[in-house]
Amino acid sequence: MPFEVLVALRFLREGRIQTLLILSGIGVGVGVIVFLSALISGLQASLIERTLGTQAHVVVRAPEDVVRPATAPTAERVVASRLEQPAQRLRSIVGWPQTLGLLRSLPGIRAASPTAEGPAVALRGLANRSIALRGVEPASYRGIIDMPPRMTDGEFRVDAAHAVLGVELAKDLGLRKGDKLRIETPRGRSDVFVVAGLFDVGNKDLNERWVFVSLRSAQTLLDLSGGISSIELKVDELFAADRIAADIAGRTGLEAESWMERNRQLLVGLRSQSASSGMIQLFVVIAVALGIASVLVVSVVQKSREIGILKAMGTRTAQVVRVFLVQGAVLGLAGSAFGILLGSALALFFAALATNPDGSPTFPVALTPGLFLGAAAVATVTGLVAAVAPAERAASLDPADVIRHG
Amino acid sequence: MAEPLVLVEGVTKSFGREVVTKVLHGVDLELHPAEFTALVGPSGSGKSTLLNLLGLLDRPTSGRIVLEGRDTTDLAEAERTTLRGRSLGFVFQFHHLLPAFTALENVMMPMLAARGREEPGMRERAFALLEEIGLADRASYGASKLSGGQQQRVAVARALVLDPPLVLADEPTGNLDTESGAQVFELLRRVSERHRTAFLVVTHDERIAARCDRVLTMVDGRIRSDVRRPAA
Repeated sequence: MPFEVLVALRFLREGRIQTLLILSGIGVGVGVIVFLSALISGLQASLIERTLGTQAHVVVRAPEDVVRPATAPTAERVVASRLEQPAQRLRSIVGWPQTLGLLRSLPGIRAASPTAEGPAVALRGLANRSIALRGVEPASYRGIIDMPPRMTDGEFRVDAAHAVLGVELAKDLGLRKGDKLRIETPRGRSDVFVVAGLFDVGNKDLNERWVFVSLRSAQTLLDLSGGISSIELKVDELFAADRIAADIAGRTGLEAESWMERNRQLLVGLRSQSASSGMIQLFVVIAVALGIASVLVVSVVQKSREIGILKAMGTRTAQVVRVFLVQGAVLGLAGSAFGILLGSALALFFAALATNPDGSPTFPVALTPGLFLGAAAVATVTGLVAAVAPAERAASLDPADVIRHG
Repeated sequence: MAEPLVLVEGVTKSFGREVVTKVLHGVDLELHPAEFTALVGPSGSGKSTLLNLLGLLDRPTSGRIVLEGRDTTDLAEAERTTLRGRSLGFVFQFHHLLPAFTALENVMMPMLAARGREEPGMRERAFALLEEIGLADRASYGASKLSGGQQQRVAVARALVLDPPLVLADEPTGNLDTESGAQVFELLRRVSERHRTAFLVVTHDERIAARCDRVLTMVDGRIRSDVRRPAA
């Protein structure tokens, strides 16, 4: 064992009560960091999952129609133009199979699925409801929104004869699995489908509005004839969606909108939450650092005689500095081990305290190896940094004083 | 006479900046290998200051100190520390063992500091010294569990562990009862002869001074007398 580590450990062992008290202090501090991080990460992950579980991360569409003035002004001619914004019609992405292939080949994209989506009306007898008709390829769409686990009745089967709808719409229209449903579009086209299943995506509005049919049926009903209205994407790195969307727009000339753009408020909320949690953790780290520093400063005063003896015996100043740095690091590391246990126990207890009607915890927590490693690293580095001033103080002690004053 | 182990030439030492107190007024001195020397004098005569200068724990205001042929005047602090660890041993009045370590570990400490970690043979070397001072059975005792006399004997073993040519002892028996003091002094004489180690012992005890090879007497920051006892 290196000399500095041996001396550091013995000094810590000698001041047993002091060491235990500061270890408890660091442990509680790290425990708070672990607990807070686990809780905030868990809540955010749950919030993101609940919000984005029914959304694509990036939606790629054909660019909107743009109106330009018929006459351009020149040096001799002034033009007073008034542009009428056109009503945006449903347009297909030109050459979408090639675009889809390109998007699937891009790095960072986990899944891509073509969608033909547009407004329609669902009718049964005298009842009718305005709906969002979504034509999808079931296999590729599963990578965007995993529908089968969200089915409350029947199966996610969409083909020429079958459609799938939300539980709220089914209730409004009095439909059950196996019943027939007519769908009409503003283009005057209509078709009849058998209800293959009912879903619940955890959002009342979507449960009332979404009706899934096959891509081909939607293309016919929406008059898109082989076209699609959008390509939906899931990305590997959630918070890279903005960058990926901009990249896609640049490459394809299409419009690409990320979940971050469509959920500004959620993003602001998440960032505020992270910032406030970060502030609390910063203050805890400062408190831990001050605790370690004060204990080590006291230790330098208490151990000044021993430090003087060590220096008189030929211990170099750098070795004395390292003795105290090692003490700081050891306190941080050992305290963080205790803190990780404490924080994890607290987080798990909190998670078990209350549950939602579906059985999921009201306060979900995310305890990950990354969090533990991060907490241990923060505590150890804090211990090291906090030990710098006491170590310098120890290094400046004059061994002659020890001999002079005993 | 052979090359001196320590050569002190015109050494002065002053303390303070605004009010300057001159403690040493030009000390000239030679110490020789295996010589057992007592440094006596009244309190405030400059004995401890001279000891600190010889131990490279402090720097003279003027003059020079040559240790084993090496002028220490302009050495950097790190070099002085290395030289101190290699060439000098210390025995303090208040034992000054490290309470967090056992007797054996205390003896090993200068070797550990010098080499940076424990190496083969260190433990055996320290144990042999504890055997020599009659404390092998206390090797695993914590330093604070030993009596005053035992602690001082361990301190002697520690001072000798790197086989330095010179050991500086500041009142090594000053804090002990008469019997323990006598035992420790006997030990110092014995190890000096066996290891051919020079000792400079600061003492107030005239009986101890009388049994040394040489007695230096300091008064008012100067060496007033230098008396060598005729060899037996």
